[in-house]
Amino acid sequence: MIDESKARAWFDWALHEARKHSVGDVEMSLHASESALTRFANNTIHQNVSDESGAASIRVAIGKRTARVSTNRLDEASLRRATSQAIDLARANEEDPGLPPMAPPEAIAPVDRWDAETATLSAEARAGAVREAIGAIAGSAAGIYSSERSTQFLLNSNGVFARHDETGATFSVTATASDSSGWAKASAVPVGDIDTLALARSASEKAARSKTPRRMDPGVYRVILEPAAVLDLVGQIFGDCSATALDEERSFLNGRFNERIFGSNITIRDDVRHPLQDGAPFDGEGVARRALTLFESGYPREMPYSRPAALRAGRPATGHGYALPNDVGESPVNVVIEGGSSTMPELMAKLGRGILVTRLWYIREVDPIRKVMTGMTRDGTFFVDGGEIQRGVRNFRFNVSVVDLLNAVEAMTAPGRASGEESFDMVVPAMLVAEFPFTEVTMF
Amino acid sequence: MRQLALDALELAKGRGVQYADVRVVESETQDLSTRNGRVSQVTGSDSTGIGTRILAEGAWGFAATDDLSRDGIDKAVFKARAIAKASAMAKLGDVVLAPEQTWTAEWDSPCAVDPFRISVQKKLDYVLKVDEALRSNKAVTLTETSFHATRTRQWFANSEGSVIGQTRTVTGAGCACYVFKDGDLQKRSYPNSFGGQYQLKGWELIDEIDMLRRAPSLAEEAAMLHAADPCPAGKHTLILDSSQLGLQIHESIGHPIELDRVLGSEANYAGMSFLTLDQLRRLRYGSPIVHVVSDATIAHGPGLGTFAFDDEGVPAQRTDIIREGLFTGYPTSHESAGAISETRSNGCMRAADWDRLPLIRMTNTSLEPGVQTLDDVFDVPHGIYMETNKSWSIDDKRYDFQFGCEAAWKIRDGRRVRMLKNPVYSGISTEFWNVCEAIANRDHWTLWGVPNCGKGQPEQVMGTGHGASPSRFRGIQTGAL
Repeated sequence: MIDESKARAWFDWALHEARKHSVGDVEMSLHASESALTRFANNTIHQNVSDESGAASIRVAIGKRTARVSTNRLDEASLRRATSQAIDLARANEEDPGLPPMAPPEAIAPVDRWDAETATLSAEARAGAVREAIGAIAGSAAGIYSSERSTQFLLNSNGVFARHDETGATFSVTATASDSSGWAKASAVPVGDIDTLALARSASEKAARSKTPRRMDPGVYRVILEPAAVLDLVGQIFGDCSATALDEERSFLNGRFNERIFGSNITIRDDVRHPLQDGAPFDGEGVARRALTLFESGYPREMPYSRPAALRAGRPATGHGYALPNDVGESPVNVVIEGGSSTMPELMAKLGRGILVTRLWYIREVDPIRKVMTGMTRDGTFFVDGGEIQRGVRNFRFNVSVVDLLNAVEAMTAPGRASGEESFDMVVPAMLVAEFPFTEVTMF
Repeated sequence: MRQLALDALELAKGRGVQYADVRVVESETQDLSTRNGRVSQVTGSDSTGIGTRILAEGAWGFAATDDLSRDGIDKAVFKARAIAKASAMAKLGDVVLAPEQTWTAEWDSPCAVDPFRISVQKKLDYVLKVDEALRSNKAVTLTETSFHATRTRQWFANSEGSVIGQTRTVTGAGCACYVFKDGDLQKRSYPNSFGGQYQLKGWELIDEIDMLRRAPSLAEEAAMLHAADPCPAGKHTLILDSSQLGLQIHESIGHPIELDRVLGSEANYAGMSFLTLDQLRRLRYGSPIVHVVSDATIAHGPGLGTFAFDDEGVPAQRTDIIREGLFTGYPTSHESAGAISETRSNGCMRAADWDRLPLIRMTNTSLEPGVQTLDDVFDVPHGIYMETNKSWSIDDKRYDFQFGCEAAWKIRDGRRVRMLKNPVYSGISTEFWNVCEAIANRDHWTLWGVPNCGKGQPEQVMGTGHGASPSRFRGIQTGAL
């Protein structure tokens, strides 16, 4: 792993090399990680991997020209060579009148995202938990148990020096029975927050309760989306919540910024310091991430601004920019959707008759302005009547506008950290949606 | 690199293993892109590392590192061995591998014009010209162009005695334009969406696709889409261009045939498959004119799935997947070949990089050309022609799919009569392939590259190839979304 003295020494090599070429503006990001993942299927561990790596990414600016070169060779000669290559690329590049100067230093309060137990989780510990999880599942078990520790630095010739250390763990499990399946997943900074056995039991129960699924006709249903389904679907809109996307007229918010877009019960924030969030408190240029209220009571409020977007708009950057140069600008990455006060049983009671969705799959954007997404339900789709699960149903295809969906939320649970497969982890509630259009039914 | 692989292998063999293989991989990439006439990305990167896979105590362990010192490699080998021991804590039986002969070889992919030897200035000049040509249409509100090159050098060595070096050069490029008007956003891309065309070639690919020639008409089409009628809903005769058909093959044939998916390895993430083992040589996958192969050999073409040996040291092969409509084969590995009573892997194990484990991946999964001319394919009284993918989705067993395309045209008496916007079509995989009634001949066949196929945990992004020519399907559900 990289320590502070190494980071400073490596940056000095790059800076020295740049100055040899009469280039003074240099930025370096460093990342080192150790990760491990135990994968199981058919009730046995079938893949079990670990990797250790580090990388430096060097950007130089020559007036309004910039370029970046990355390498995982972290010796002096390689870092000097990468710097020299970045200078050659920058000199060949066109001038960008919108390129800001290197970011200035600022005080960035650290966030504590390090857990010693997670950082040292062993292959034996993972295998033991997996064996226990397999034992808790009635049918066939498949899943992963992973852990990671990482350190990142960002330095530039203007004096920026930022550091972030983080651990993380993820457990995901699918229980498969003869004609049904169930799924559960959790991720956390401290592995101690993940109850692997409880997740396995939950997946197994979902598989059991969805056995012999019946076909229900496509149509518009009242639906409960569990948190993983909420984040995977709602997560598709956040690329549009960006000053650059608005500038380029590719956002669903273009021309609608003063309108109420979602229901009055929808408030969405971006907050890197939320206790259930993860990630560094600075962006790709070393700017401190500010908390933003993206939508308040359905109205768009604050959008992320990278430094180039902020320069164009004549306003402060918010700390959501990607490393320069890039094609997308900025986006929220620490999303928190304020929920409601319902418990899950209360949400089921309010649903009355409808569909309970565990998980969504293969979500793709069909209409970029109405934010129509298509995808499938998966691993636990249930018909609910009288507020109780009645039976499993065959999986549906949906074509739903996320804008319409967030105008049809009747009730929500309190938000919690959730993890899916189609978007990044978020803090979200479960949602009861009054109208959800299922357009096809598949074969299982 | 070769010696590094051999040294690492010796360390692994000294740790009491049943089998071990080592891959040392060195790669370099370059990416350039523009947006609205401005260079938005100029980046380069390189990466070198080693991955060691060990079979011991009947179970697998894998560890990778970019620390190429003897200590660093020894530590990784030790870790892989320890992980194999931990894996054995939750095993049902011992892993058994199909035998493979030993190979000593070195291979470079064909590359006429080295993309890394073309100056950055020349590349930027070209993509900026394309960008300018797209913006010459005043209706266009956003333009994008991109260029990508990767060179990967790999040495593989295994405890059976194989030592194999391979160098692959991949080039990709594409352009797109958007027209935002009256609250609607329409887009056209060339030669394909989501980054363009990618092949195992050099700069010659850029000359072949000639984006500059296509740019003005592409921009005109994006503007015209705003005035087009929505694609009609209902059952229609559908003609697909070869790029969209390439993705259709990828999703509804390429993924369901992966034997690891069939056997449950991907149940938690990518999903399983409707192609259970009892379907082999029984299922009517398509109509009798449908022939699909999995072909990694260079004879098939310069696809993203073309190589000399897979990442288990098995030579590239051509396997019939669908022959005259009948499902006839799966891509396999050393470990899985026995599940379908094969005595040898057909060479489809590929790893995304040095830090990833080889998995069964599509190579070039291609629909063989038909016998019809393009006019024959379009020769229907009424139909809909769709071009260039816009969205794609399929369930986790690969039955139910829905695709959206950037543009469509109403076909009447064999001719395009008017443009249609926001087209989508949907269906069930085997039902779709069983109504294939015309496939254009080799003159119209293109080997498309899909550079972004995701699979595995931790996820691996892999390039796959899909040859296809424009084809016609009867009675397909279409609509507009």
